[in-house]
Amino acid sequence: MANQSGEGLELVGLRKILGGRVIIDDLNLVVNKGEMVSLLGPSGCGKTTTLRMIAGFLIPESGKVFLAGKDVTEIGPEKRPSAMVFQNYALWPHMTVFKNVAYPLKVRKMSKSEIEKRVHDVLEMVNLMHHKDSRPAQISGGEQQRVALARALVQEPDILLLDEPLSNLDAKLRVKVREDIRELQRRLGITTVIVTHDQDEALSISDRIAVMNEGRIEQFSTPQELYDAPQTEYVANFIGSLNRVTGSFENGAISAGSDVIGIRPEDVFFSKNQIPGSVAATVTLVVPRGHFYEVYLKRNDAELRAFVSSEVPKAGDAGFANITKALIYRDGKLVRTA
Amino acid sequence: MAKDVQPLNLYTKSVGVKVLLSLFSGFMLLLIVGPLLWLAIHAFATEWLFPSYKPKGWTLDWFRKVFEVPTLVDAMKTSLIISPIVVLLSAVICLPAAYASARYNYWGRKSFLIIMFASNAFPKIGLFATIATLYYFLNLMGTLVGVIIIQVLGTIIFMTWIPAAAFAAVPKSLEEAARDAGAGKFRVFRTITLKMAMPGILVAMVMSFIYAFDEAQGTFLIGAPTIYTMPTAMYAIVETYPIQVTAVFSILLTIPSVLLIGLARKHIIGGQLAEGFQIK
Ligand SMILES: Nc1ncnc2c1ncn2[C@@H]1O[C@H](COP(=O)(O)OP(=O)(O)OP(=O)(O)O)[C@@H](O)[C@H]1O
Ligand SMILES: [Mg+2]
Repeated sequence: MANQSGEGLELVGLRKILGGRVIIDDLNLVVNKGEMVSLLGPSGCGKTTTLRMIAGFLIPESGKVFLAGKDVTEIGPEKRPSAMVFQNYALWPHMTVFKNVAYPLKVRKMSKSEIEKRVHDVLEMVNLMHHKDSRPAQISGGEQQRVALARALVQEPDILLLDEPLSNLDAKLRVKVREDIRELQRRLGITTVIVTHDQDEALSISDRIAVMNEGRIEQFSTPQELYDAPQTEYVANFIGSLNRVTGSFENGAISAGSDVIGIRPEDVFFSKNQIPGSVAATVTLVVPRGHFYEVYLKRNDAELRAFVSSEVPKAGDAGFANITKALIYRDGKLVRTA
Repeated sequence: MAKDVQPLNLYTKSVGVKVLLSLFSGFMLLLIVGPLLWLAIHAFATEWLFPSYKPKGWTLDWFRKVFEVPTLVDAMKTSLIISPIVVLLSAVICLPAAYASARYNYWGRKSFLIIMFASNAFPKIGLFATIATLYYFLNLMGTLVGVIIIQVLGTIIFMTWIPAAAFAAVPKSLEEAARDAGAGKFRVFRTITLKMAMPGILVAMVMSFIYAFDEAQGTFLIGAPTIYTMPTAMYAIVETYPIQVTAVFSILLTIPSVLLIGLARKHIIGGQLAEGFQIK
């Protein structure tokens, strides 16, 4: 079977049945060398299952897994050139931080001095040298996360796999750690697959995102493409915020019809003055959202939400609203943007 | 972590209740420790007869006497040889079964554990008598092997149930992480699973040792009159020697168990499991 990814990762026609149910069906994915790809999707869509097939903990019923140009479908996890960071970190409580990180090297029968040097380097990299003799139970969640990352990186894997590595951290730490991970990944140039159900996370750190739905990949593209031109209604709904109206979209106005029109709230503008294409609207509700406001508008053709950050109107204000961009779906598929 | 959870407050200010509780604790302690103390004193006393509240004098003679009787020394030797063998044999047989029942959901897994448990609920002597008839047939009566087998049987319950729970408590993801790090299945078992289950296994081994060292019913039935262990020798001692010898022998019988518990304590209580490390 052709392997297009070169040194990266390729999944071909993967199918997995668990508990008598088809969990993953005909899944295809090509990740280039050095690329960081997110598997994004709601709970239960099969992200972890996919990642575990890449790592080797699950063997697919059919299909193939190529890692770094080699068919590893039938090979156990210990022989694959991948390293995984588990969601709960899976650190060994009976070993110190140093021993945890040294374990993969010990298994590889490296010399003591070589192990010492490599572990020190990687602990230095994740800023944990001062904790090298601590037990996992004695350090914070964020530090445990970094130990888990260090244990994966010390193996110098061709493929780095991360299963919701940030879900156990608080919101602030999560943003910092995800940037650290991204920075490291770029610097080391490791091909990386990260599982997440947080779209912000996926949008901010990925080269490309694979949006999953019920065991299939709905769309696989860059964050920008995913946001600007979601190929299916499902993706449009899942990524970002969306006004969803049924009708027919023509010249900025909505008339009776059967298309699904998706309009991003940041593409809806309210103003006191009429401009070409705008339609009379009244403000029904204004909700503060931190650094912007969510403004609910009622036009005679639709009710829309707009995100406004300056010149915020008040509820009851009358004016005009225009739509600068709309996504038009027929049978769930994108047919055009207007 | 919820910081506002208070430990259940059973602290009381009432002096009456406190006195009552102290008295009760004292009484319980007396019930348990009293006879042991009485025994210990006898072991070192020259003579201690009823109306007198303290022994006439102190001596180590009784210990010397015990070690001068060849049958008693033999019994001690036999016990000290047999018990470790029983523990190791039991571990070799039971630990794989314990691991399997913790990790694989094979057919009959539940029944295996329940039968293990239930067989222990029945009076042992019935089982031993049945085995004895089988032993006559196999020429195992009065043999060391026969005694070892009978003792191993009694330890199975400890060596399956406790380690099974200990193995089951090792999160699968920790084993997977080791596989992912490049370790083969056996290495994962040795360096992760076994290490983490060790406190539970140690408890099981200590309990098995104490059981084997103390086992008298089956050992007497099978071993006597050729093989005597310390507990079965006790039957003879009680009939033929003064009470002080019994006391000395009882103390000797306690020493290995107490030593073992002391040694294992550090690993069991001070181990990483006691650090309260929470793994999902
Ligand atoms: N061993 C199993 N036996 C039966 N069903 C399973 C098994 N493992 C997973 N599943 C099912 O497969 C589906 C996908 O599970 P998976 O863990 O891949 O989801 P996920 O996308 O990672 O979700 P989450 O975001 O909640 O982690 C779920 O419906 C789950 O119930
Ligand atoms: Mg998951």
